[in-house]
Amino acid sequence: MAKILMKGNEAIAAAAIKAGCIYFFGYPITPQNELPEFMARELPRIGGVFVQAESEVAAINMVYGAAGTGKRAMTSSSSPGIALKQEGISYIAGAELPCVIVNISRGGPGLGGIQPSQADYFMSTRGGGNGDYRHLVYAPASLQEAVDLTMEAFEVADYYRNPVMVVGDGMIGQMMEPIEFKEIRKRDVSSEDWGTTGTKSVRKPNVINSLVLDPAELERHNIKLDQKYKEMEANEVRYEMYKMEDAEVVLVAYGTTARIVKNAVDVLEKEGIKAGLIRPITLWPFPNKAFNEIPQGTKALLTVEMSMGQMIDDVKIANEGKLPVHFYGRAGGMIPTPEAVVEKVKTILGGER
Amino acid sequence: MTEKIIMAGFGGQGVMAMGQLLTYTGMVEEKNVSWLPSYGPEMRGGTANCAVIISESLVDSPIITEDATAAIVMNLPSLVKFEGNVIVGGNLLINSSLISLKTARDDVNAYYIPANKIANEIGNSKVANIVMLGAYLELTKVVLVDTIVEAMKKVFGPAKQHLVPLNQKALELGAVQVK
Amino acid sequence: MAVVFKKTEGLTDKQFHYCPGCTHGIIHRLVGEVLEELGVLGEAIGVAPVGCSVLAYEYFNCDMQEAAHGRAPAVATGIKRVLPENIVFTYQGDGDLASIGTAEIVHAAHRGEKITTIFVNNAIYGMTGGQMAPTTLVGQKATTAPYGRDAAMSGRPLKMSEMLATIDGAVFVERVSVHNVASIRKAKKAIKRAFEVQLEGKGFGIVEVLSTCPTNWGITSVESLKWLDENMIPYYPLGNFRVPEEEI
Repeated sequence: MAKILMKGNEAIAAAAIKAGCIYFFGYPITPQNELPEFMARELPRIGGVFVQAESEVAAINMVYGAAGTGKRAMTSSSSPGIALKQEGISYIAGAELPCVIVNISRGGPGLGGIQPSQADYFMSTRGGGNGDYRHLVYAPASLQEAVDLTMEAFEVADYYRNPVMVVGDGMIGQMMEPIEFKEIRKRDVSSEDWGTTGTKSVRKPNVINSLVLDPAELERHNIKLDQKYKEMEANEVRYEMYKMEDAEVVLVAYGTTARIVKNAVDVLEKEGIKAGLIRPITLWPFPNKAFNEIPQGTKALLTVEMSMGQMIDDVKIANEGKLPVHFYGRAGGMIPTPEAVVEKVKTILGGER
Repeated sequence: MTEKIIMAGFGGQGVMAMGQLLTYTGMVEEKNVSWLPSYGPEMRGGTANCAVIISESLVDSPIITEDATAAIVMNLPSLVKFEGNVIVGGNLLINSSLISLKTARDDVNAYYIPANKIANEIGNSKVANIVMLGAYLELTKVVLVDTIVEAMKKVFGPAKQHLVPLNQKALELGAVQVK
Repeated sequence: MAVVFKKTEGLTDKQFHYCPGCTHGIIHRLVGEVLEELGVLGEAIGVAPVGCSVLAYEYFNCDMQEAAHGRAPAVATGIKRVLPENIVFTYQGDGDLASIGTAEIVHAAHRGEKITTIFVNNAIYGMTGGQMAPTTLVGQKATTAPYGRDAAMSGRPLKMSEMLATIDGAVFVERVSVHNVASIRKAKKAIKRAFEVQLEGKGFGIVEVLSTCPTNWGITSVESLKWLDENMIPYYPLGNFRVPEEEI
């Protein structure tokens, strides 16, 4: 199939439709507006539903209701809006409903700004909502990857009956790149009839619920959920390694920041400095195992983020205290330059030598 | 070959459209491409800019910082803002119809093109952006003019096919400026 | 022996957890009977709230979803938009609907969602132990209004039906009570009409049902019926506030 040039937000929307999601509930917020706008234009033409909700809170609860019927449903927003959705995400995880949530993130805290940022790492990976729950977080670095992962996200969500989040920064939402829609691996999803579609008076009522008042029963529920999360940790981790052989410094970066870091790694290589990159594609589960593949001679780790340092916590956990962990970040919508990353690496090596 | 172009002007000068057209054409020629806009309040009436990368190899970062191989500036604030981003020996294309100042840089190839004047002469001030693009293509040959004309036919849609010859003329007149 | 009365098919056999004298049970039964009589139990999907009726999903004999506090109308919107042929209803209390869920109920009405809302108003937060609700009467005591609701501090109680009746998308709005047999009969008629409006695809329908809470009001069951009649009805007048235009 020929490649087409699309804006990120629209490409993600188109990918969701390709994946069979025709139910979208959203609320306007920059820099993701082209996504709901695309849905508002396209879904009515194909028998789908677009609802502009009164708030992000309402939108995620509409997703809860729609997902509770057993159909593929999604919402998208940007950082402050995703914060509002956390209530619903917790309920969706508790009630074991599949859905996809897209966060085209921006700078914070509070109203923050509208430029690209990665300051939602904690909110995405630690669960901004209440209770013991987890969900997959995909962090695409290109539009092709955003398309592929969005389509995959629906499969994964159905497979585990769990929400899946796709996190791109504002750049992913706003930029244009050529993309193509590829066939993705269909998962063997349980055909269990759990959706609320009306009993037709032939079966017992189905109930979608996250309330479990009996402590022993709730604990059993928690253990069951945890087993799913363990399964995700075992099977769903994704990452990319770039020029890791003989790397003196291993950089860790995700999303568009990883592309900037690749530039920096290439520049360093030309200058005779060996640097490599670990790029987490799933932020949760975090690719701890990638850190086992760090070469013997590596002297230090450098985490690069568009935040004041959030993923660095996971890098330290994965590193298990073996190597010094350095940080370089820009925040508020300021973007790290390859030059600055190169300088930081040189400083680290200077300090080591 | 990697071309990193900053295109900038005020809203309505067709800066984003010019960038998208070039990006699309690059894709048609099976090059690796990316288009990254500025967005937000500044888009709504203020200056607009976009970064276009066209490369034989994979585009790593879509962001252009101090490494622009070219900048096309349509108004004075854009010149002031972006002239410093062009690499030594890079191309700086200045719309001299609206910018009377000269660039402060003496280590880049500066071209002063009266884009609005030329566009008006062929009957439509809106193709000033395409005049600039024509000049840029003549300098870099990053994509073929034929491909971009074909791309126009496709992206303009049936309702605007009659604008293709006008835009083609604008490309040619822009090219003449830097020959 | 002839059966002269039996429990509606609209309710499960699960025993209610409601306090003695609470009228939630009556309202549940009315909803169950209406669903059964309309022949839509197999198509019905209910949304339970947070509050005293949080466990409603165990009592209605149809598919159910349990919503977050106040969000039932949004959840119902999601369900109805996916399954427009089904019958979707929410069952909400006054803390849920008139406080934390005001945005959701107003906008479900605003969009004219083809759902039915049963709004149980007992002028207090029951489940959490008798705190002041937006519907608590002036002077009425609550654990967070120990000296009685002070209008200067907390405003005067919200009249949700009157408010919602101003919204074009709300095509059926009626306030009823269940404090005596006559009012129960009227309540059932209103609930049935609200579901019919949905079946006819006309828009959003809501029935506000004045209800008792002897436990948190601190009076007996019989006294609570009298208290409702003497105190709530004068402030919350019963009656229809809106019917579909062609019925005017």
